[in-house]
Amino acid sequence: MSKFSIITRGLVKENPTFVLVLGMCPTLATTTSAMNGLEMGLATMFVLILSNIVISLIAPMVPDKVHIPVYIVVIATFVTVLQLLMQAYVPQVYATLGLFIPLIVVNCIVLGRAEAFAGKNGALDSALDGIGIGIGFTLSLTVIGMVREILGSGSLFGWKFLAGDGILAFVMAPGAFLVLGYLLVLFNKLAKK
Amino acid sequence: MAAKSTLINMAACLTGVCLVCSAILGGTYAVTKAPIEEASRKALLEALSVVLPAEGEVNPEAQTVEVDGKSYEYYVQMRDTAAVCWAVKSTVGGFGGPLTLLVGVEPGGVVHATRVLSHSETPGLGAKCETDAKFIDQFKGFDTSSRTLKVRKDGGDVDAITASTITSRAYAEAVACAVQAVAKIQEEQQ
Repeated sequence: MSKFSIITRGLVKENPTFVLVLGMCPTLATTTSAMNGLEMGLATMFVLILSNIVISLIAPMVPDKVHIPVYIVVIATFVTVLQLLMQAYVPQVYATLGLFIPLIVVNCIVLGRAEAFAGKNGALDSALDGIGIGIGFTLSLTVIGMVREILGSGSLFGWKFLAGDGILAFVMAPGAFLVLGYLLVLFNKLAKK
Repeated sequence: MAAKSTLINMAACLTGVCLVCSAILGGTYAVTKAPIEEASRKALLEALSVVLPAEGEVNPEAQTVEVDGKSYEYYVQMRDTAAVCWAVKSTVGGFGGPLTLLVGVEPGGVVHATRVLSHSETPGLGAKCETDAKFIDQFKGFDTSSRTLKVRKDGGDVDAITASTITSRAYAEAVACAVQAVAKIQEEQQ
């Protein structure tokens, strides 16, 4: 497989949100606006790339029976590092995403990629896989966030183009499921062509 | 491919990984400790500057007072030697979780201003308690000796946010708690 296709695969063919349907908890919860979706996607991508690299390097030395605990410890370490860095340098972002940052540890995408890809491939390929899946996740979250923000708040990336409230249901949980469902259908229909 | 598992190499591997990871975390914690404290101090000072009048000295050390078994953190603003305003951190249960306000209260139970420190209200509805200027501004100069800190539905003088009565009720309650706390503080000082 060429290096380039490792990246593009994460965008369309193995898009984590719309094709693999992994990591639904942050997807539904943090996409109340385009900016929130984007920030959550980038935070996850940071963890994904670093954990993929480290896991691909240590995988040959890890005994088979303890590989899951070892992967989780590595992932949890990067998430905590990210959490501390965000608290220190971007407190506003941390205030909005707060609870969902520690939850990256249990995001199936991160452990899924460690298990399915990083554990069996080299460091460079694993980094590229992290980038590809990370971008795919970030774009998906941003698009869901954009749709929900446009319909629910009448704004986009905080820029308000519609006075008043919009359809509030889209900012709340039912809207998250609706938007995700319709985008899933649309994405798969387009991707199949 | 992964090494064959034996008790010794499993234990050694887990110990090694945990040691390295805790070292990394310890290091990051040490590096970020000061900036995190700085950031939260800045956020507090910024909130204090909103809810307290501009003149006078604020003591950034929190003190605590207990009212009906609930303890409140507060900050005093002094002018010359007299306390002119108190900023009380007040937490009540909102619609989606705890709602924490910082409330500036002047002697005699007059609210100076309020500010949301943290909340988990519904975006687009209750979350407006943080941004809706009309709602927030009605608490500025709210004199509790002549008006009641309750939403109109409950027979008070607070205009609720449309479709967010529970959040508005909690907000008013938090402000009322802060006023009570200040009454207790003044009582204790006499």
